[in-house]
Amino acid sequence: MPVIQGFEYFKPKTLNEALHLLSNNRGQASILAGGTDIVVQFKEDLITSKALIDIKGITELSKIEIKEDKLFIGACVTFTDLIESELIKNKFPIIWEASKTVGSVGIRNRATMVGNICSAVPSADSAPALLVYEALVILKNKDGERLVPISDWFIAPKKTGIQKDEIVVGILIHIPKKKYACCYEKLSRYEGEDLAQAGIGILAFEDHYYRIAFCAVGPIPTRAPKLEQFLNGKKITSPIIEEAKKILLEEITPITDIRSSRKYRIHMVKLMFERGLKKVISRLEGGKDA
Amino acid sequence: MPEIQFTLNGERRTVNIEANDILLDVLRDKLGIKSPKCGCDRGDCGACAVLLNGKSVRSCLIFAIEVNEQEITTLEGISKNELSPLQQAFINNNSFQCGYCAPGIIITATELLNKNPHPTREEVKENLSGNLCRCTGYIPIIEAVLEASKRGKNE
Repeated sequence: MPVIQGFEYFKPKTLNEALHLLSNNRGQASILAGGTDIVVQFKEDLITSKALIDIKGITELSKIEIKEDKLFIGACVTFTDLIESELIKNKFPIIWEASKTVGSVGIRNRATMVGNICSAVPSADSAPALLVYEALVILKNKDGERLVPISDWFIAPKKTGIQKDEIVVGILIHIPKKKYACCYEKLSRYEGEDLAQAGIGILAFEDHYYRIAFCAVGPIPTRAPKLEQFLNGKKITSPIIEEAKKILLEEITPITDIRSSRKYRIHMVKLMFERGLKKVISRLEGGKDA
Repeated sequence: MPEIQFTLNGERRTVNIEANDILLDVLRDKLGIKSPKCGCDRGDCGACAVLLNGKSVRSCLIFAIEVNEQEITTLEGISKNELSPLQQAFINNNSFQCGYCAPGIIITATELLNKNPHPTREEVKENLSGNLCRCTGYIPIIEAVLEASKRGKNE
């Protein structure tokens, strides 16, 4: 299917150049990185842009690096880059696990994690991982920079906290100081390429503090504060898990759609929560996955 | 009309395009490369897969202008001199019926075998999960990739 609307294509080499292009085309420019979502939107005429700004020529945006006590993932880092990074695999296993579940190889070779959170669909696989790490989204416009906590980033389905003159430069993740373990559990209709019917990210600290986040069971990916509050300070036992499952239901608002029914999602999220929690505890204790 | 230059199957090519032209359409309609096919047109089916700098990508989700100064390989490039061991294995195993998905699958599997010359059955299945085939039921395809993996280099 051809793209009907015409636009001017720019491939700036520096971030400054990109920000000026964005400012000069105020409100009428789109940013292109991997393109796996935005090209579909162009084909379906869901967006109109006079200018398409391809940021893949800006080398600093392809970096995965540790800056002091934080991990930086640039806006042009693809899911394949994350999967192939030893740093991610060894130090940020939930990012690695979540990246492995996105689309298929041909999509992951192109699609970026920043693009995933900019598209902001309720089923964004990156979201639970970034939420439990309390990641920060780095935004720049030509006047400066601001950081938005990932928990404030998602506003509504496909809507984020970005302004029209801003570019998401990357993501910052604080490296937790205490010992912890984490996992991402995804439910999809079949192994391999599919959107999440439900997803849950769990991070547990050694001292029994927990961070839990969901995707695809509400309009936006979110943390589960009530559930965390209930679990915090507690050692995980079967009665605690059963009690927690009841609280979990207050945290999610799944819908029925083409991928599954509300009832099925609720049923499965409870099981995934239990499975994930046991896996995390086992990992924390240095054991194999439960 | 902007002009782009890129390496297509080892040859330097120059082509005039519009900024909104999709790579798949430019390959098929302007450059006569017919192996990548349009299936779903939204990145789900893998029929349009080509190698971009050695990595499999969806040519239906890339603007042609993005591949300026890059390197594209299609099935035409893989079988330039003779069939690759993977293509031969496809024939040996009757791995396609209508054949529409075969170029995309061979591209994806070629990338896999270049990266990981001896994949397990599970790895083959996972890697091919983004390529849909409505004829074969996949088993002969997986067998072909495993057979080729025993024979060595595929490009």
